[in-house]
Amino acid sequence: MSDKVNNKPSEWPLWEVFIRSKAGLDHKHVGSLHAVDAQMAIENARDVYTRRMEGVSIWVVDSRFVHASNPDDAEAFYEPANDKVYRHPTFYNLPDELKHM
Amino acid sequence: MTPLLKYTLRLADNALIIGHRLSEWCGHGPVLEQDIALTNMALDHLGQARSLYQYAAEQVNNMPAAEKKNLFTGDAIQGLIREGGMIDEDNVAYLRDGWDFCNILLVEQPNNDWAYTIARSFFYDTFNYFFYTELRNSKDTTLSAVAEKSLKEVLYHKRWSGEWMIRLGDGTEESHTRIQQAVNDLWMYTGEFFKMDEVDTTMLQNGDGVDLPAVKMQWEQRVAAILEEATLQLPPTGWMQDGGKQGVHTEHLGYVLAELQFMQRAYPRHVW
Amino acid sequence: MDTLAKHFEEKINNEVTIEAKDWLPDNYRKTLIRQISQHAHSEIVGMLPEGNWITRAPSLRRKAVLLAKVQDEAGHGLYLYSAAETLGISRDEMMDQLHTGKAKYSSIFNYPTISWADMGAIGWLVDGAAIMNQVPLCRTSYGPYARAMVRVCKEESFHQRQGFEIMLTLSNGSEVQRKMAQDALNRWWWPSIMMFGPPDDNSPHTAQSVRWRIKRFTNDELRQKFVDIGVEQAKILGLEVPDKDLKWNEERGHYDFGVINWDEFWNVVKGNGPCNKQRVETRKKAWDEGKWVRDAATAYAEKRKARAAESTMKAA
Repeated sequence: MSDKVNNKPSEWPLWEVFIRSKAGLDHKHVGSLHAVDAQMAIENARDVYTRRMEGVSIWVVDSRFVHASNPDDAEAFYEPANDKVYRHPTFYNLPDELKHM
Repeated sequence: MTPLLKYTLRLADNALIIGHRLSEWCGHGPVLEQDIALTNMALDHLGQARSLYQYAAEQVNNMPAAEKKNLFTGDAIQGLIREGGMIDEDNVAYLRDGWDFCNILLVEQPNNDWAYTIARSFFYDTFNYFFYTELRNSKDTTLSAVAEKSLKEVLYHKRWSGEWMIRLGDGTEESHTRIQQAVNDLWMYTGEFFKMDEVDTTMLQNGDGVDLPAVKMQWEQRVAAILEEATLQLPPTGWMQDGGKQGVHTEHLGYVLAELQFMQRAYPRHVW
Repeated sequence: MDTLAKHFEEKINNEVTIEAKDWLPDNYRKTLIRQISQHAHSEIVGMLPEGNWITRAPSLRRKAVLLAKVQDEAGHGLYLYSAAETLGISRDEMMDQLHTGKAKYSSIFNYPTISWADMGAIGWLVDGAAIMNQVPLCRTSYGPYARAMVRVCKEESFHQRQGFEIMLTLSNGSEVQRKMAQDALNRWWWPSIMMFGPPDDNSPHTAQSVRWRIKRFTNDELRQKFVDIGVEQAKILGLEVPDKDLKWNEERGHYDFGVINWDEFWNVVKGNGPCNKQRVETRKKAWDEGKWVRDAATAYAEKRKARAAESTMKAA
């Protein structure tokens, strides 16, 4: 995903493309492309990123509007979750006979 | 030649020749994304052409010997048939000369620039959309199946070329001038879409073909609407060129065939 | 070494993927931009020699395959330009570098495609060499580049196969077809093995790139692997590799091969190949003639946006 969009005025804006590869799955970031507007971005995404039946649904996002977390915050953001094992189902010791839980 | 074979070849030749023209853009488009889009369309047309040529070859192969004596003018293909061989899609595409090609004149017109290419596609895609919509009802099950499959592709082509018409017409002064010029210059080749000849009439009467005047009304409506949105002038109804369906072409087709058929002509009867 | 640089080195050494937002040493960024854009340019310029035969492909099937293949190259160029754009350079700037000769592309595309067999030889040898270069790049240290390469490699797999199939059909064909195939092999073999770049002792960027995990193998390692595989494949085709010094070396477990004409290589790199001028001019022409089209689309999108804003204002 774009760090810095360094478009000269004449260049078509950059779009991030997300594709749902089949019904029921999440849209996943597949890459980016240039287009003048959202409609053209979707069509370009269809032509560029689904030539091999890779998708059933397309999202495009103007790259300028993607806000990302700062990698320098990684420790503050993600490490506190390390000691909260009680959020995971395997934390709890239950008898094997117990079913459907 | 049976009306069905002629009809099949006309559709196949249209698809092959426009696909060939669009394929000339590959690697030379104005921006990568559109280079890719255009090639997708070239591939769609080529795919349609192949299905139709396979059907044409099958029709020829199933004809009684007496009927296939004088199907084509050129000896390259007629010789194969005379020797009793089966012909295939490539023989039909690569071994007929211009007078046996029966695509409409519009599709063989050169790419010139993006504006001509767009205008040509716009006229053709719009026609194709309404035409294939009707052809789905053909009693001929192969034609109706080809129509059904092609329609999904054509729907996208029609949308794409329509959007570009509007972009160019209502874009900059330069693009407006260029696309208006292209529309004006290509206009006289659009009459041929709708001109019914004996083949069309017979096919229609048998329930196999499409009523072209009915398609014409839909085509005119959409073309007028898009041109209006594109702030472009609809050219006045004037003299229309035709002849392609009967094998009388513009000078451009000969060069297309010279390139397209070069290998098969230089090295006859080889497997590639 | 400051903390940022140390942190970066640690990541590289621990094979942690580097992402666009991470702090990058300037040289790493520059090296990546150079390599990725060069790679993207190679895809785009690479469309031309093969595009040269699209209208003359000898069967409808071959025409469809070739068209799809050349189109894939456009797609690959696009993925790679996008990866480079994450490093803060625009596609327009990269185009400009290509058109002004500031940026390089793979020299192999400065050779002409003069017969249909060249489509076979390019698919088999040139794509074969490219794949060998590219597969390790799927694990390259820079995330956006690695992900683009995964996609490229996945799509590329049919390219080499279709090329080999063309060669196989020719070598099983008539005498003139076999001659055509051999002629193509004669012309493409040496340029293909040059594709791996100058020998390691004369490759200015290799050592640092390997250290940064931008490159995973050296030029000579990959070249040897390519020769070993290519020679065996040529046997299947019944064609002769044009190298009289080619010999299996039992001790090394590799083929020894003749001396590469580096003089030719550097000359083609410097612009004296048969098609250097033509390739860049063709790309530039497409770009320049496309300007009014790109501008028109931009102008229309702006008008449309303004109109939408106006009608929202009215409604409010």
